[in-house]
Amino acid sequence: MISDVKTVLTRNLWKENPVIRQILGICSALAVTNLAINSLVMGIGLMFVTALSSFTISLLRSYIPKRIRMIVQTLIIASYVIIVDIFLKANLPEISKALGPYIGLIITNCIIMGRAEAFAQKNPPVISFFDGLFAGVGYTVILLGIALVREILGFGTIFGIALPFIKFTPWTIMVMPPSGFFMIAIFIWISSAIMNRRLNKQKVRK
Amino acid sequence: MSAPAINPFIIFFASIITSNMVLSNFLGMCSFISVSNEFKTASGLGKSVTMVMVVTTIINYVIYKFVILPLNLEYLRYVIFIIVIAASVQIIELVMDRYLPDLHIKLGIFLPLITVNCAILGISLFMVIRNYNFWQTLLFGLGSGLGWWLAIATLAAIKEKIGKNKIPKGLEGPGLTFIITGLMALAFIGFSGIFIIQ
Repeated sequence: MISDVKTVLTRNLWKENPVIRQILGICSALAVTNLAINSLVMGIGLMFVTALSSFTISLLRSYIPKRIRMIVQTLIIASYVIIVDIFLKANLPEISKALGPYIGLIITNCIIMGRAEAFAQKNPPVISFFDGLFAGVGYTVILLGIALVREILGFGTIFGIALPFIKFTPWTIMVMPPSGFFMIAIFIWISSAIMNRRLNKQKVRK
Repeated sequence: MSAPAINPFIIFFASIITSNMVLSNFLGMCSFISVSNEFKTASGLGKSVTMVMVVTTIINYVIYKFVILPLNLEYLRYVIFIIVIAASVQIIELVMDRYLPDLHIKLGIFLPLITVNCAILGISLFMVIRNYNFWQTLLFGLGSGLGWWLAIATLAAIKEKIGKNKIPKGLEGPGLTFIITGLMALAFIGFSGIFIIQ
C-alpha cells in the first residue's frame, strides 16, 4: 500500500506531471498565475475536486454503465466544483471574484477527467484518492512556480507583500497573457531537457 | 457589473480580436495545443467549435433567463450548463448525420471532444458574469467561436511551416507551440484599446 502511494506520488509529481509532461489543465494554469495567492487557492480547489471525484468514481465504477460514463463522471465532478465555488464565495469573496469563471471551469479541466478515465476506472477507491490528490499537488506546484516568477517580475511582490531591499520597474508584460505562454514553455523546456539528459545517462551506463 | 450599453457589434469584434478566447482568456487550450498539427483538421475543429458555441450559448442563455433565475437555481448552473452542452452536442451530431452526412464525416471525430472543451462552458459562464442580453449573447458566442477558429487555424499554419526547421532539443512539440502562441498573443495585444469589453 505504502509503496503504491509512493509510485503514484512520484509519477504525478514528476514523470507524468499533468501540466508540464501531459499538457493538461492548461487553461486555468495560464489564467490564474499572475498572482501567487490565486494560484494557491485554485490549486487547493483542484486538489479537493480531483481527489474526491477520483474516490467517488472509483467507488461507483462497477455500477456506472459504460455508455454513459462520461456524463456521469462530469456530473460527479460538477457537484464537487459547486462545493468549492460556494465555499469560496462565502469565505474568500475577493479571490472568488478574481478567479471568476475559472472555478466553474474546473469541471472541464482535463486533469480530473484524465485521472478518472486513466486511473479511477480500474483501481480501488483509496489509491484512486491518493492518485487524484497527487495529480492536484503536481498541478499546484507548477502553478505556484509560474505564478511566483510572474508576480515577482510583474508586480515586485510575493503573495501580495512587497519585496524588501530590491527596487525595480515592474515588467508589465509579465502580468499580461503572453508571458503566461512563455513561462509555461520555459518550464516544459527545462523539464524535458532534464528528462533527456537522464535518458542519455541511462543509455551510457548500459 | 451592469453593462447593457455595449453595442453587440462591438462585442462581436472585440471577442474576435482584442479579447480572443484563446489568446487572452486561455480557454479551450487542451484541444488548441493537441489538434493543431495540420491546417485542415484544425480548421475543421474551428468550424465545429464555432457552430456548437453559438447553439449552446443561445440555449444556455434562454435556460438561464427563463428557468434558472425564476426558480432560484443559481447554485445548480454549472450542472445545468454542462448537461445542456453535452445534450446539444449529441443533437447536433444526430441532425448533421441526417441532413449533412458529408460534413458529419468530416467533423464527426471532433464533436464528442467539444463537450469537454472549456471554451464552450467558459462562454456561458462569462455571459452570466457580464450580464449580457440576448443580442449581446448571440454575437458574443459567434465572435468567440470565430476568434477561436482564427487562432487555431493560424497556429496550425505556422506549425506546418516551422516543423521542417531545426528546433532546440527539448523544445519540440508542446514547448514550441506555447512559444508560438505567446508570440501570437503578443501580436494580438497590439489591437488592445480599440475595443474594450471587460
